[in-house]
Amino acid sequence: MVDVLMPKLGESVTEGTLGQWLKKVGDPVQKYDPLVEVVTDKVTAEIPSDMDGVLAEILVEENQTVAVGTVIARITPAQKSLESVAPVSASPTIVEHQQTVKKPQQNIKPQQNVKRFSPAVRQLAATHHVDPHSVQGTGLGGRVTRKDILLAVSDIQAEQKTNEQLVAITPIRRTIATRMTDSARDIPHAWMMVEVDVTNMVRLREKHKRSFKEREGIDLTFFPFFMKAAVEALKAFPMVNSSWTEDHIIVHKDVNLSVAVATEDALVVPVIHHADRLSIFGLTAAVADIATRARQNKLTLADVQGGTCTLNNTGAFGSIQSIPIINAPQAAIVSVESIVKRPVVVNSDAIAIRSMVNLCISIDHRVLDGLVTGRFMKYIKDKLEAMDDSTSLY
Amino acid sequence: MTVKLYIDAIRDAMVQEMRSDPSVFVLGEDIGLRGGVFRVTQGMIEEFGEQRVMDTPLAESGIVGVAIGAAAMGLKPIAEIQFVDFILPAVNQIISEAAKMRYRSNDDWTCPMVIRAPFGGGVHGALYHSQSLEAMFYHIPGLKVVIPSTAADAKGLLTAAIRDPDPVLFFEHKGMYRSIRDDVPDGEHVVPIGQAAVRRVGTDITVITYGLMVHYAMQAADELEKEGISTHILDLRSILPLDKQAIVDSAKKTGKVLVVHEDNKTGGVGGEISAIIAEEALFDLDAPIVRLGGPDVPAMAFNASMERFYMLNPAKIADSMRALAAF
Amino acid sequence: MKGDTKLLSRHQELGLTDDQVLRMYELMLSARMVDERMWLLNRSGKIPFVVSCQGQEGPQVAAAFAMDPSVDYAAPYYRDLGVVLAFGQTPRDVFLHMFARAEDPNSGGRQMPGHYGSKKHHILSGSSPVSTQIPHAVGMALAAKMRGESFVTYVSFGEGSSNQGDFHEGCNFAGVHKLPVIFFCENNRYAISVPLQKQVACEHVADRAIGYGFPGVVVDGNDVLEVYRVMKDAILRARNGQGPTLIEAMTYRLTPHSSDDDDRVYRTKEEVDEAKRNDAIAVFRTYLQNAGILTEQRETSIKNKLVEQINEATEYAQNAIDPSPESTLLHVYAN
Repeated sequence: MVDVLMPKLGESVTEGTLGQWLKKVGDPVQKYDPLVEVVTDKVTAEIPSDMDGVLAEILVEENQTVAVGTVIARITPAQKSLESVAPVSASPTIVEHQQTVKKPQQNIKPQQNVKRFSPAVRQLAATHHVDPHSVQGTGLGGRVTRKDILLAVSDIQAEQKTNEQLVAITPIRRTIATRMTDSARDIPHAWMMVEVDVTNMVRLREKHKRSFKEREGIDLTFFPFFMKAAVEALKAFPMVNSSWTEDHIIVHKDVNLSVAVATEDALVVPVIHHADRLSIFGLTAAVADIATRARQNKLTLADVQGGTCTLNNTGAFGSIQSIPIINAPQAAIVSVESIVKRPVVVNSDAIAIRSMVNLCISIDHRVLDGLVTGRFMKYIKDKLEAMDDSTSLY
Repeated sequence: MTVKLYIDAIRDAMVQEMRSDPSVFVLGEDIGLRGGVFRVTQGMIEEFGEQRVMDTPLAESGIVGVAIGAAAMGLKPIAEIQFVDFILPAVNQIISEAAKMRYRSNDDWTCPMVIRAPFGGGVHGALYHSQSLEAMFYHIPGLKVVIPSTAADAKGLLTAAIRDPDPVLFFEHKGMYRSIRDDVPDGEHVVPIGQAAVRRVGTDITVITYGLMVHYAMQAADELEKEGISTHILDLRSILPLDKQAIVDSAKKTGKVLVVHEDNKTGGVGGEISAIIAEEALFDLDAPIVRLGGPDVPAMAFNASMERFYMLNPAKIADSMRALAAF
Repeated sequence: MKGDTKLLSRHQELGLTDDQVLRMYELMLSARMVDERMWLLNRSGKIPFVVSCQGQEGPQVAAAFAMDPSVDYAAPYYRDLGVVLAFGQTPRDVFLHMFARAEDPNSGGRQMPGHYGSKKHHILSGSSPVSTQIPHAVGMALAAKMRGESFVTYVSFGEGSSNQGDFHEGCNFAGVHKLPVIFFCENNRYAISVPLQKQVACEHVADRAIGYGFPGVVVDGNDVLEVYRVMKDAILRARNGQGPTLIEAMTYRLTPHSSDDDDRVYRTKEEVDEAKRNDAIAVFRTYLQNAGILTEQRETSIKNKLVEQINEATEYAQNAIDPSPESTLLHVYAN
């Protein structure tokens, strides 16, 4: 018996629905006699027999939909057409062969020299300090592949893991590293420290602390008092509020104070723009806002750009002296250390217990010298020591 | 979501856009009562009438030229070219006119039109019903060339093409019309033109392709997975604009890239993709970029074994993938 | 006034006032004088290329004058300076285009001279491959029909271009769908150098219309009132839903094909001189003089006004700024 297959009736057709069978099982059929109607998306057609014989079996009933190539019937051929044993269909091309006629031409040549490395291998080997010659290649002809290098690197790292822990460098850590390195390398730093008697300032803050919190909803810290004094000093000594470039020194008219804010894993330095226009209250609010947003990772680009000088609150960590690195391209950075009570000699050569604080400054010595720096620091000192009960917070 | 055939998804997009925008209409040969030779526009004349589902005289340059004029006046024609093989008489209209209308008039006149055409072989179409001519057009700034590989994309990308303010060539592999079906969103569905899609995530080799070859590559990747080879597959979806970032990212992913297209190899889209990778990802490459395309002969033959010789299939693609993985 | 009064009132019979025919004459003269200025600028090395309308201004202006540029559309070919001026572009616009300045309303300095197109003037942007605009005009007419709008689209081309496939495809499409479009063939007897008898085997290009199922009309292009009349008939047919008309205006190109052509190798000076005597502008001038509409004084004042306008336009365009080189990258696609 010979199979009758569902023919492919059209270029995009993949299946067909059987209409009426025009022959019954047992009917004799002549070559080209119509056997059955087939309806596809594209055409309605009658499928002819491919030989003389007898319709032996009907395998697919009317109204059933089957894929192209499905056996729908079988015909017992008449004696004379017995030589025909191939499956029968309207088109001889419906039996699809998946086998490849010929292997596709590859333009990858077997590696002639296993000591030649791909760009990826070279790059990875250099990055991870691996000698690719020492790596066992698993590629074509023993070529060292990208995977081989990555495997070798992970092996080395696994060995190292036994006695040390590797901490991934976060992008922000890398940025800090680069900027600190650049600043320390490019800027000739010089340092100075003054000590300031802030006893009266402490009293001033004590006096307002509670009512301020009730009124404004934010804590009144010491830092804004130092900011206020520093900002006024920057207005008085504009050279400190400047930047070195190879061609000239840029003196900034705006006082945009960078404030170092520590977060869990990094240090960010947001900017309080036009800090010279703010009162102690205004500075308190601004620094509270910006520190909160810094810790919530909600700073905008504008928040971290345009600083002209930095004030660093190292006292918050208990420090009493520090040598900060300048936040380039600024020309100076001032650290406010811890306020500590100490016995000091006061005006009448008496010894008194006073609240004392150290202010440390690092300067870009290309821009500033000791003279201006000393005057600048003295100005801040005088401002702070002049604060008393009558100083306005607003 | 409804599982739909590729061909039905294409019709879906046209019908939905024609319902919501009276300026959209289709024109072409045999698209009216006959519903198109492939039945893409079947039933549309009943809903929209013979003016919006317009049977045109048999003249491709005229079809495209008339569509350009209508588009200039603010209509949004969808011109069907019966087979991409017959688009050639209209190439002057497409390249000299449609592609340049906005540019040459300094953004004054525009050409918001779609030209749909079935392409591709493996269906006994012989020389003049089997060609892939996309490479001719992807060289032409001012055009967009979109080739979806899934039913969902066919709907989403055609919707985007109809709404696009510039001329879009929308090539549909005729072998996929009734062999590809997948989940298609029922309502409005837009897929932005110019974004490739990762169809499979893998670590050993990357295959970049489009159209029917996406499916063949997926089948080949299934085979290779059994052999322990992990394949990353990028479906370009549009070849103009090319999603360069996706191409570079996919290449970097494994460092071994095979570019596959049914179109013949020389001067095909694969050359451009290879050049992009060479320019942008040299230090991530771990093997020569390999292109697999049809042979450089004028077109594929009617004879079945000759056609099979010409056409790529999953086995041929798997061979290339294996060789690349072994490199 | 003398002679046959019936003959002298031809324009009135067509519904044209004296002012309107004077305006037509002024437009023809303007096209001619702008064209002459372009040649001067080319020959003095100021602009690299000129393609000319001289000899064809009459039928161009007459055809455009029959339309309503506020409603109708034109898809002109590169010689249609008369049409472009009648549709509202000014000599300043034309010179900005010639000098390829940023303000060029046709293309912002991108296209060669003669490649007109601006939406506000209802002029479709054109290209250099000939006849491509013909299917475009058919598509524009299709838009009118589909949207139920009453505008008519005019498309022009030379007799050589009537051999292109796009001519046949466009005409046939318009015929089948009875679209409101007018195919206006300006038969100037040469396709660059190849004469009419080597271009078409039939007697007239208009004879081809029968094959597309609509009327073809041959008209003497030097008789501008007759051109106006057949255009009006065609527009009426179009607006009434009766479909397209092919008009073939017999005219002549008085200049070489372009500033890079030398016509002495393919035609004689005698032939050109003969054509100059029959030039539409000269014929129309005589008509207007005989009708007592165009006095010598009037003619002088029109010419003086045009010279002033063209001088100003040339000066303005010459000093106008170029597009920025980087604007090369703009407008490939919508933003």
